[in-house]
Amino acid sequence: MNPSMASYLPILYFAIMAAIIPVAGLAAMSLLRPSKPTPTKLAPYECGVASPTEAFDHRFSVRYYLIAVLFVVFDVETIFLFPWAVMYHRLKLFGLVEMLVFLAILVVGYVYAWRRGALSWA
Amino acid sequence: MDISASVLTYFLIPAVKAVVVVILVATAAGVLTYIERRTLAFLQVRKGPNRVGPEGILQFVADVVKLLTKEDVVPAKAQHFIHFLAPVLVMVPGLAVFAVLPWGPEFTMRIPGLGKITTAWYAADLNVSLLLVLAITSVGIYGIILGGWASNSKYALLGGLRSAAQLISYEVPMGFAVVSAILMARSLSLVEIVEAQRTHQMWFILPGLVSFFLYFVSGVAETNRIPFDLPEAESELVAGFHTEYSGFRWAIFFLTEYANMITISAIATALFFGGWLRPFPSVHALAFLDVVPPVLWYVLKVSCFLFVYIWFRGTFPRYRFDQLMALGWKTLIPISLTNLVLVALAALGGFRGLRILGIVLWGAAIGAFLIVTRLRAAKPPAAKTAPASVRARAAEA
Repeated sequence: MNPSMASYLPILYFAIMAAIIPVAGLAAMSLLRPSKPTPTKLAPYECGVASPTEAFDHRFSVRYYLIAVLFVVFDVETIFLFPWAVMYHRLKLFGLVEMLVFLAILVVGYVYAWRRGALSWA
Repeated sequence: MDISASVLTYFLIPAVKAVVVVILVATAAGVLTYIERRTLAFLQVRKGPNRVGPEGILQFVADVVKLLTKEDVVPAKAQHFIHFLAPVLVMVPGLAVFAVLPWGPEFTMRIPGLGKITTAWYAADLNVSLLLVLAITSVGIYGIILGGWASNSKYALLGGLRSAAQLISYEVPMGFAVVSAILMARSLSLVEIVEAQRTHQMWFILPGLVSFFLYFVSGVAETNRIPFDLPEAESELVAGFHTEYSGFRWAIFFLTEYANMITISAIATALFFGGWLRPFPSVHALAFLDVVPPVLWYVLKVSCFLFVYIWFRGTFPRYRFDQLMALGWKTLIPISLTNLVLVALAALGGFRGLRILGIVLWGAAIGAFLIVTRLRAAKPPAAKTAPASVRARAAEA
């Protein structure tokens, strides 16, 4: 196997170990724990009168969507910054100016989103 | 390299590390719940759990036994498979990250029958470790939002959505703070970042005061801890995304929350507090501090951060959701962008530039602190007398 790929193997082992705990724990303990379901116990938690609709059907604020879109923009931005930051000591002034231009474009979008009220939750 | 040696390096040693670390982290998370309860009790002038074992130290064992043997209740109308998948999806990334955390440097040890083996206090040193940490930990959000959705309960659904919105919002300033640390260290490998703090002869907390502040605040928000525990705000959402989870499934969410706290603290230590290095790694007069092994230094520093987490919980009230989003998007992001540009400007001047930035930042911070305390002291304390109604009642009594 390619040694550079092999250095990622420990993460796989850790992930497998981490998956074993909940799966094995739930399976093994089914022998020990009680199981006495009743209709009331299996009803979803509700304060007062039970909701006639399924929670799947509930609508929620469109702002969650806005936040998600803004997050994608900013996160992609950060991903571009990672390799730039590693190589910055070689790029010197050129790297600085280039990144300032890049950030300036982002800030224009950020200010626009702010002025349009996309960032306020009310 | 012959076959047995490659089996050793690529399979046996990392697999043993995986087993040991995952068990250790699970235990540490349990112990941490006990320490948290005792510390909170201390902060609030009460006793806390002190019955099970000496000083209540076995409380977490009792909790684990109780949670393991508790009935497994799944709501009848839930999406059963996803309801089961969610805690696994939260736990796997939460623990997989521990593969790249650098608890100490390389070391050589002698194992009978195998001879000398050189290995390290970390399982993997990748040239993209830091990127990997951010990438893997983000996957946990899927588990939370799926768990909230699959429960088919409106409290869980809203809790899951809130949690997702909060986590992705604070991911942004956290990313910018991490980038400024990379600027200083010139590497994405956590091991190289720690070593860079030896060669630069300073911990990166010096030039990275603001970056560290941003990282830790975002980190507290990322782990859903007070004062940012909105997804679980019990006065509004019962228990948030895990309302419909009980017993062992709930325990997995809980355990991962504490594992994530350890991860955030460990990354903060590696990025800004010199990882396993002793304080002032370049000052020879402090060489006696090397008596403490590197791993212990790391654990000590991480424990300090964990204490700060608990201290926060004992001190701060919870944010409101709109305040939380405003803090993330309108305060932390502008600060982090400005900070990034400042650090980039200073890094043009190499290590000396970073050192100057550090001295300026710390000077400004200490100066501001002194001025504020001086002003507070000069001003007479605001009306300390209780409202009239309370005073009247006190007089009666």
